[in-house]
Formats: sequence, C-alpha cells, structure tokens
Amino acid sequence: MSDAAFPARAATPARTAAPRGRLLDGPAGVAPTRRMNPKRIMVYGGLIVFSLYYLLPLWVMVMTSLKGMPEIRMGNIFAPPMEITFEPWVKAWSQACTGLNCDGLSRGFFNSVAITVPATILSIAVAAVNGYALVNWRFKGSEVFFTILIFGAFIPYQVMIYPIVIILREMGLMGSVWGLVLVHVVFGMPIITLLFRNYFSSLPPELFKAARVDGAGFWGIFLRVLVPMSLPIFTVAVILQVTGIWNDFLFGVIYTRPDSYPMTVQLNNIVNSVQGVREYNVNMAATLLTGLVPLTIYFLSGKLFVRGIAAGAVKG
Amino acid sequence: MARSGPPLRLFQNWQAKLAATPMILTALVVFIGCSLWTVVYSFTNSRLLPRLDFVGLSQYERLWSTPRWQVSIENLAIYGICALVLTLAIGFLLAVLLDQKIRFEDGFRTIILFPYALSFIVTGVVWQWILNPDFGLQHIVRSMGFSGFTFDPLNDPNLVILALLAAGIWQGAGLTTVIMLAGLRGIDEDVWKAARVDGIATWKTYIFIILPMMKPVFATCIVLISAGIIKLYDLVVALTRGGPGIASEVPAKYVYDYMFGNQNLGQGFAASTMMLAAVLAIIIPFALFRLGRKRHV
Repeated sequence: MSDAAFPARAATPARTAAPRGRLLDGPAGVAPTRRMNPKRIMVYGGLIVFSLYYLLPLWVMVMTSLKGMPEIRMGNIFAPPMEITFEPWVKAWSQACTGLNCDGLSRGFFNSVAITVPATILSIAVAAVNGYALVNWRFKGSEVFFTILIFGAFIPYQVMIYPIVIILREMGLMGSVWGLVLVHVVFGMPIITLLFRNYFSSLPPELFKAARVDGAGFWGIFLRVLVPMSLPIFTVAVILQVTGIWNDFLFGVIYTRPDSYPMTVQLNNIVNSVQGVREYNVNMAATLLTGLVPLTIYFLSGKLFVRGIAAGAVKG
Repeated sequence: MARSGPPLRLFQNWQAKLAATPMILTALVVFIGCSLWTVVYSFTNSRLLPRLDFVGLSQYERLWSTPRWQVSIENLAIYGICALVLTLAIGFLLAVLLDQKIRFEDGFRTIILFPYALSFIVTGVVWQWILNPDFGLQHIVRSMGFSGFTFDPLNDPNLVILALLAAGIWQGAGLTTVIMLAGLRGIDEDVWKAARVDGIATWKTYIFIILPMMKPVFATCIVLISAGIIKLYDLVVALTRGGPGIASEVPAKYVYDYMFGNQNLGQGFAASTMMLAAVLAIIIPFALFRLGRKRHV
C-alpha cells in the first residue's frame, strides 16, 4: 500500500499532524552526501552500537533454536550452529509440555487465533461506529463518555480485573474464549475509538451533508460512504489490535482455562515450568513461534505500524 | 442537521445512542463501575470471596507492613526512575542520530522499533536466556579469558533490577525514539536556520534550543512510559518470576498473586487501589496542564 493512499489528517492538532506526515515521508532535506567525516562516523557508529543491542537477542534466539542441546552445553550462545537442526521447532510446536498437556504450542497458537480474530473484528467494528457517532451524530453527553473512555485507558488493569471476573461469571462467559474476546473489545475501545474519531473528523463535513440530503440514514452513510474511504485507518487499527491482543498475557491468564490459554500464557508455562530438564533450544523455538505473528505484521506493515503507534501516542 | 444544536428529546438521534451503547457501557460499567467496586471492597475483609464486611483501613495497614509490598514499591520506584530517565535519554539520542539525514534511516528505525511488536513474555524469556549464568553473557566473558568475571543479575538480589531494565528498555525505547523523531521533524526549519546563522554548534542547538521546544513531546512520552511502568507485570513474570526470593516483585504482581493465588482478595483490592491512586497522581496534573492550555483530546 502506497503512502499516497493517505489523505492528510487535518483534524489532528497541527503540532502532531505535521511531524507524523514528515515521519512517514522521511527527511525532507538534501540527499545524503557520500562524504564521511568524524561527525558522520560518530552518528553511524552510535546507531550501529544500538542496532547491535536490539538485534543480538533476535540473533541469539534464532541461533539457539537451530542447535541441538549438546552443542548448546558446549558452546557460545552467539555462535551460529555447527549443525543445523529443526527438531527444536518441531518439538516446540507439537510436543512441548505444559502441565498435563503435551501437544506443544500448536494448541496455544490456535487458541490465540480463535481469540485474536473475533476480538480484532468486533473491537474495530464497535470502535469505528463509536467514532462515527462521536463525530457525525453527537448527542448530549457523548463527549463526556468519550473523555471517560480516554481516561479509562490509563487506569491500571489490576483495578478492574476482579469485578470483570464477576461480570463474566454472571454472563456465563468466564473461562471461555468469548469472555476474553469481550475483555479485549472493552480494553481496546479507547485507543481504537480515538483513532476513528480523529480520522472521521478529518473528512470534509460536506460528504456527510451530501449523503444526508440524498436521504441516507445513520447506517447507510457509515457503510456506503465512510467505510469505503477509510481502508487505511482500518488497516492501522487491525495492525494495532492484532499485535496488542496476540501479545496479551494478563487477560489470558485470568479469563481463560488451561485448555484455552493463548500462546503467550502457554509459552510462559513451557519456559518457566519448574519440573523437567530445561531444553533451551525448544524454549527459544517456542519464543520465536510466539513472536512470529506480530513480527510478521511489523515487518510487512512497516510505516503503517509506526503510524498506528504514533496515533496511540497522541492519546495522552 | 445532526451536527448542530443539542437534541431536545431522549429519542432524538436514537440510532447514534444505540450505536454508542458499547462505549457508554464500557465507560460507566467497566472504567467507573469496576474501579469504584474495587475501591469499596478494599475496605472489607474479603478473602476467598468478596464480602461487604467493612474493616476500615486495616487492609491498607497490613499492606504497608508487608515486606513483600514494601519491596515491590521500592522496586517500582527504582525501576521507574531508571527506566524513565534511560528511555527518555536513549529515545532522544537515537531520535537525534536518526535525524541527521542518514542513509538507511528506515532500516535503523525498523531495527530499533521491532522489539515493541513483541510480547513482554517473549522479551522476558529471551533476556532470561541471554543472562543465563551458565550459558549467557557471564559464560561468554569467562570463556574469553576473564575467568573471575561475575555478572549474574538473575540470581543476585541487588542486580536483578538491571535485568529488568535491560529487557524493558530493549522492548520500549523504540516507541520513545519514534515519537521524539516525529517531534524533531515538527520543529520549524527556521529555528535551525537561525541557529546556523548565529553560528551555534549543532549539539548546543539540540540541547539548549530544540530540547526546550520539545516539552510537549517529552510530556507525552513521560505519561506513556509512566503508564507502562506502573502496569509492569508480564516482564517480571517471564524474566524473574519475582525472584531471587522477592527481590524483583512489583505491585501489579502482588495484586495478581493475592487475588488469584493466595485467595486474599482484600489485600489485592487494597494494593490495586494504591496503584490507581499512583496513576491518578500522574494523570490529573497532566490533564489539568493540557486542559489549561487548549481543549482537545
């Protein structure tokens, strides 16, 4: 998807709108020179040192996951494997034990998919409609509720987790995947609503008025006029929600049972289980498997991911 | 026109109200209702099940006399201050480096930000492996000939915070960098031109002119980082499980363990109420500051 697809977002405060646009376009100055002077060397040197700090853990993960246990015991965690083996990956996926289950991370993977897909779709659907109502169909008190919603994003989850257990139990959803989906919809609402509210208020109001004159109603305008022109912002929301929900640990461990644990909870149980011989290569393969989905999204989405978190950052 | 004027009746604009019901319920039932519920029950002696048997402040008295809570607060304070200062410093430094019209800017930014896409559990597990005393950093340095070298933060109560910091900053500094870079790019070119005309050195311009201009950006970063610090939980679970002993316990873990492990709900409620109070102490001044300047969210 090209950057040209994004219209400028006029409604975001000018101070933040300008840098976001510039960030996506890259630096606007003259092209970099080939000349190397001490200052440039320091700049690149600093960046390379930090890049090593960021990349080494990834390197160590990949290398360890491709080694056999004897080689790990003898060698150096930074060294590439002398003999590449994919056995740890197979074992992490289909045999690693958590408690009584020994069917590997695959169970957690499919649980995470079963949680992430509906939670992403529902939370975005709800938040998009919220944002639309907040911009185009204001009613008395709508801004008050929105302000509460935004401040709610800063309340530590620990304050709300237990009453939610009671609510879910009353609804018969405690321990089920759907209960967790509901929790993700609720806690994803502030940021995604903000995202859509800012986007919709940046669209020209004439669009809305023209559709009204043509006789379109609440849902007609939303589905036929706004949604088709909001694909970029939907993409940003999907990126934000998929990575956020996939990476969740706290809600997963509280609101699901062992057989429906998401991948992060299962990974923690595999790695930090006290009994048994520690198989570091299997642990690292399991870690990579768990990180694979968000990392893939990150590397594929590139600038859209940055845009998503930039939007999230402005929420303060 | 729906945009103009407040509706006269409850049923006017009913579709919008219906569509906003999830938001209204979330705001009122979860964010306000559940928080108040927890605050109220923190004054009771609930153990296995919540009971409205009020005991005044005794949960709080017990909380503050529990060594594990004291350690948790101390850890959070040390971790919080270090993480805040280091993240801001590294974030600003990296943003300045990235802003030097360099080659491969996208590449460097991708590298710096990728851990932010990972779960804290993944981050914790990786750093646990790198800091493993028998195979990780300590082992490598020793095998290079420094046989007396000792660096085992995961098993040293005095150093374990370092492990949390290394992992936490690895995961989170990229976000600060990206926000600061956006802030730097938002500074008017004329400022730079003026500084150049006056012959002010680049580094001086950054520290004495650009830095003060970035106050709002810093404020945003501080709020984001602080909110993350108070919620610190997953990373501790994955990296140290609170150990060695109780050396790396944090308040969020105290809450979880007392609510769901020790079946002592009252303590969990009191501890979580303290967390809420801490957040309010940060958010309210910030909100007043922002509202005072300009009304927008």
